[in-house]
Amino acid sequence: MAKNKADIIISCTDVNKWFDDFHALKGINMEIKRGEVIVIFGPSGSGKSTFIRTLNRLEEHQKGTIIIDGVELGHDVRNIEKIRMETGMVFQQFNLFPHLTVLQNITMAPKWVRKWSSEKAEKVAMELLERVGIPEQAYKFPGQLSGGQQQRVAIARALAMQPTIMLFDEPTSALDPEMIKEVLDVMIQLAKSGMTMIVVTHEMGFARAVADRMFFFDEGQIVESGSPTDIFKRPKQDRTKLFLSQILQH
Amino acid sequence: MENIRTTKGAIRPPQPPGPLKWVRDNLFNNWYNTLLTVVLVPTVLFVLVQSILWVFTKADWRPIIENPMLFAVGQYPRDQLWRVAIGLSGIMFLMGASWGKWGGLLRTISLSFAIVFAFLALLPVQLETLDTDLRIYLGSTVLLIFIGAWLGRLKAVKKAYILIGWAIMPIISIIFLIGFEGVEKIPEVSTTFWGGLLVTFLLSAGGILASFPIGLALALGRRSSLPVVKGFSIAFIETVRGVPLVTILFMFSIILVLLLPADSSLDRLFRAWMAVTFFSAAYTAENIRGGLQAVPIGQIEAAKAVGMNAFQTMLFIVMPQALRAVLPTIVGQFISLFKDTTLVVIVGINDLLGIGRSVINMEPAFLQLDLEVYMFIAAVYWVFSYFMSRASARLETTMGTRTTL
Ligand SMILES: Nc1ncnc2c1ncn2[C@@H]1O[C@H](COP(=O)(O)OP(=O)(O)O)[C@@H](O)[C@H]1O
Ligand SMILES: [Mg+2]
Repeated sequence: MAKNKADIIISCTDVNKWFDDFHALKGINMEIKRGEVIVIFGPSGSGKSTFIRTLNRLEEHQKGTIIIDGVELGHDVRNIEKIRMETGMVFQQFNLFPHLTVLQNITMAPKWVRKWSSEKAEKVAMELLERVGIPEQAYKFPGQLSGGQQQRVAIARALAMQPTIMLFDEPTSALDPEMIKEVLDVMIQLAKSGMTMIVVTHEMGFARAVADRMFFFDEGQIVESGSPTDIFKRPKQDRTKLFLSQILQH
Repeated sequence: MENIRTTKGAIRPPQPPGPLKWVRDNLFNNWYNTLLTVVLVPTVLFVLVQSILWVFTKADWRPIIENPMLFAVGQYPRDQLWRVAIGLSGIMFLMGASWGKWGGLLRTISLSFAIVFAFLALLPVQLETLDTDLRIYLGSTVLLIFIGAWLGRLKAVKKAYILIGWAIMPIISIIFLIGFEGVEKIPEVSTTFWGGLLVTFLLSAGGILASFPIGLALALGRRSSLPVVKGFSIAFIETVRGVPLVTILFMFSIILVLLLPADSSLDRLFRAWMAVTFFSAAYTAENIRGGLQAVPIGQIEAAKAVGMNAFQTMLFIVMPQALRAVLPTIVGQFISLFKDTTLVVIVGINDLLGIGRSVINMEPAFLQLDLEVYMFIAAVYWVFSYFMSRASARLETTMGTRTTL
């Protein structure tokens, strides 16, 4: 699958989502190229999580199409499984498996989903732990780690499946301030390695450093999108300006 | 020495509270506690002393000392006792091996059995019922426990071997206890002859083992999206939980026979075991369901996100956490099941309590000694229940570090 950098890896057309009669996503259109780093931001409740979760079918969309690397997300279970193998996800609350060691957390899916041997899975897991900077924690349980360390394990766990796309839903929001940097550093390094990333975050430093494009969400819609320079220097919409002024004060 | 000299004269750290201070703070800290202490302490002491005196001087333990085998196995033919003996040794050997492999609580349990057996084997009192053969058997079983422990410690003996042993050993033992019709060496022994601790153990351990998978299936069934499976599970659980165990025992021992075709015969003990199993399964199901609900939704999402299918998610992520959360409850439930099996007396099965009652009626002299018999039975139940609840408490603490997020 040697594709050039310009090809579209994620294509969303008129994506709509309702929770009962609450309209959470109102016609989202988005095309993402291979290797792009996308930052999604916007007020709480604007549908950011809902949108990113439709991309690996943790939420089901009711209208519109989502095509990921040529596979359309629908009711076909095989397609869902294929797409979940190709996308990694990092959650706000880490969601590590508390009954498994750090190493087991990472090797579980490669062993059972990719059917790797234990040796291979553990070798890859140790390399990833090396990469996120905590190889010495391999045999601890998640409960024994700090929040920042847990989130780095969660990133390693997602990367172990060798995904082509990484989804991050507010990965640093649950962290104490002093731990945010260690996680962002890992994400920046990942972005520079050419990974396609969609990141819901309010860390504007991260956006400035590595984002290719930014999307501002409000009330289930994309209000504005553009390069970080466009968004920070010349925001077009009043709502974007207002929101940026609020979060940049801190 | 010098260190001590230099600290002399320095301010002394506050002394740890001595026994006298404890007494003052806890027993005589105000007038009504003082009154309570003055009244209660002599009463408790009096009861305690009288009880100990009764146990060692007044009580007549003949019904138990003269019939230990009756309490152990009931009327199981005396010339076939070696079959029970081999089954017990096999289980003790496995217990030892598990101690060697996993240690912890299994060590305590194995050692307790070893100590009791060794104590009986070496008892320096001549007892007709505790003959040389029996003493040799008990001694070799102790040896077997330790050989098992030594083997279990070896790397070559895999955990899987021991688990397989636990899976097949009980079945083999039971087949062995039943025997085969017409085979000379191991003739069939009808379960009507089985009794005592043997039956109590078979019913409770068998009920616990069998009810666990059934309870698990029912718990999952209750969450199923298939209406038939869900409906059946709910109906089963709620019906069984709405009815006392006695009723279920009667149903299985009387009504089941009426429903089945006349020529089919279902063993009485087997029917009681089914009743106990189904009864326990309904409670296990509800406990497990509670555990399943306690697993955060984020765990399932994380498993899905890494591509695990529903079955893998359930098996590797949800189940282990759910079971860990409810283990103490399930152990508690099993302790009550162990005690509840005494109800089978009602449908004519001679478990430990049943044997006790028949021993009392065995000789006119024993009629006065019912207190001794019931005391003995209570003590046996207490010891086993105590060990089980200690086991559960210990499991809770060892798992504590892993369940905290
Ligand atoms: N499972 C759900 N059921 C009902 N409403 C939901 C559910 N999940 C999210 N919502 C609603 O959808 C809206 C968007 O939520 P979300 O995507 O989590 O927002 P954000 O991540 O931008 O803060 C919110 O109003 C939220 O209350
Ligand atoms: Mg959110």
